[in-house]
Amino acid sequence: MRYTLASLVAGFVFGFGLLLSGMANPEKVLGFLDLFGAWDPSLALVMAGAIAVGVIAFAIARRRHLSFLGFEMKLPSGNNITSRLVIGSLLFGAGWGLAGFCPGPGLVALGAGELKAVVFVIAMIAGMGLFQLAERPQQSP
Amino acid sequence: MIDIAWNQFTPWSALAGGLVIGVAASLFVLLNGRIAGISGILGGLLTPVRGDVGWRIAFVGGMIIAPLVWALFSTLPPIEVKAGYPLIIVAGLLVGFGTRYGSGCTSGHGVCGLSRFSPRSLMATVVFMAAGFVTVYLIRHALGA
Repeated sequence: MRYTLASLVAGFVFGFGLLLSGMANPEKVLGFLDLFGAWDPSLALVMAGAIAVGVIAFAIARRRHLSFLGFEMKLPSGNNITSRLVIGSLLFGAGWGLAGFCPGPGLVALGAGELKAVVFVIAMIAGMGLFQLAERPQQSP
Repeated sequence: MIDIAWNQFTPWSALAGGLVIGVAASLFVLLNGRIAGISGILGGLLTPVRGDVGWRIAFVGGMIIAPLVWALFSTLPPIEVKAGYPLIIVAGLLVGFGTRYGSGCTSGHGVCGLSRFSPRSLMATVVFMAAGFVTVYLIRHALGA
């Protein structure tokens, strides 16, 4: 229960931060990605602000076996740069540049009642479903 | 070389929003011991495992509720989507598949991964940002819109 409640709060604060940062607006995101046009560096400051706080939290988290609520720490351990990582990120970046939506802002814009965000999120979930289909034969041979 | 759009640049709200996003990711890892990666949290709902569903719905729900609560107290910031529906659908498919195949998006790799100095996440972030730059260049400048 506490786990679920903490998730709700974290998701809410995350969504609030995205709205405040302006990044729930795809046009703002595309302004950052338009490096060769009139470039809006705002997104870089969003990342800088988030990472400045995150560095402290993850430094604390790294030294703990259990979270402050007593749950197991589930931090990724892999260090290998794989072709999957690169190809997946390439496809994601291309999709990001097409519409200006990444997953978080897509969900927030959906909550704001933007119809195109609803369509984006449905297509995104379909894309995730395609990934699961592609994975299935390898997972259970 | 780089032409900064000073009239679009919103440094203070960007920084403030970024700090709040950092607080959200920090709360999540310190309280629940997890990476706040939106694509992973959402994607995990497609292969539901008993006992692993509620918190995912809660996180996603929290994000969706945020603008509704915001709207109770203030006017929502603008959300402008210039892309048409066919492009939106292609974009959604690419983002959905790509983030799962590459194990993360702007939140998981970009915010959390860089915060913990993960080489994998640094690589992913450089690649998806480069792909985004190239895509927008092609659409706005090379192909002409």
